[in-house]
Amino acid sequence: MSDADIDPHGEVTVDRLALADEFAGAGAAGEGAVASADVAEYALRLGDDALVLAQQLGMWIARAPELEEDVALGNIALDLLGHARSLLHYAGTESGRSEDDLAYWRDEPDWRNAWIFEQPNGDFAHTIARQFFVATYLFELYGDLSSSTDPTLAAIAAKSMKEVDYHRDHATQWVLRLAGGTDESRRRMITAVADTWPYVDELFHDDELVERLASDGVAVLPSSLRERFDEIVDQVLAEAEIELPTGRTAFIASGGGRRGRHTEHLGPLLAEMQVLARQHPGASW
Amino acid sequence: MMSTPGETGTESWPLWEVFVRANRGLSHVHVGSLHAPDSDMAVRNARDLYTRRNEGVSIWVVPADAITTSDPDAKGAYFESPAGKNYRHAVYYTKSEGVKHL
Repeated sequence: MSDADIDPHGEVTVDRLALADEFAGAGAAGEGAVASADVAEYALRLGDDALVLAQQLGMWIARAPELEEDVALGNIALDLLGHARSLLHYAGTESGRSEDDLAYWRDEPDWRNAWIFEQPNGDFAHTIARQFFVATYLFELYGDLSSSTDPTLAAIAAKSMKEVDYHRDHATQWVLRLAGGTDESRRRMITAVADTWPYVDELFHDDELVERLASDGVAVLPSSLRERFDEIVDQVLAEAEIELPTGRTAFIASGGGRRGRHTEHLGPLLAEMQVLARQHPGASW
Repeated sequence: MMSTPGETGTESWPLWEVFVRANRGLSHVHVGSLHAPDSDMAVRNARDLYTRRNEGVSIWVVPADAITTSDPDAKGAYFESPAGKNYRHAVYYTKSEGVKHL
């Protein structure tokens, strides 16, 4: 069937969606690739980053400043949910757990996302500042990870990179517009960048796990992305005429999400995300 | 007149008409309209609103107030003339095999 023969608004059934086939990386390493303990932990970090952010952006639906932006944020959330599904599915192969087991049945200390992803949506400017920093980071990360020696991670990264490219563009456009808009939008954008900046540092922390995996070409050393990240951020913020907090007074959050230590914001987010699955275990609809 | 968003509390973003090309070789077709603060954001909003089910490979946006329309009250004057002139349709030609999109 050529593309022209598909009615884009035709009937969509659950069968046709065939959810299991949507995993990026499915079959990249042959059917049933199983992650090692190290790779599973690494995939869990990436998957948790994506899932927590997807949940956050989903909260904007029906609350965004304009209808068009509502859909834009919803689309981005769904992209991230797709990345999370692929990554958590792969992470679960090590312990025989499903993506849903990992999403709904882990408590706060078992989550491995970095702190920036769990910071509250705040106003629209705060959400845009968070999007701008994480999408810039994720684009560089997935770009490098797409040449990972682990074929499943490489395939997931290659697909995710293209989508994150748009997320980065979307956030950049808004940083520039809010910064160059009205006095009020500019004030809010400056505040949002200053509030979010302390959580950027954690994204680039190396530890034993990533050093081990990076030496085999499986993982990307977060610290190796910093220079490219700074270059892009500096460029956009210069155009927006926004200065980053600098000097000895600039606060940097310690981080600890990769070890299961979280800020007070993750608990309520997980509670809302997990309550239905926990009240009705195994329910389908 | 296009307004600047935020100029007053009640103002919304200007309206844009969206045209999407579904495939190589087809022309851009009007699919709807949307609000956006400027043309760059209009293209992005169009991508999010009108191509999320694989509908297109190219997008045009046009400020709605840049479009000049025929007068709906002058239907007769504009569109009566072709009635009864079927010979203007190229129905007497046979289509070559394998030609699509005619």
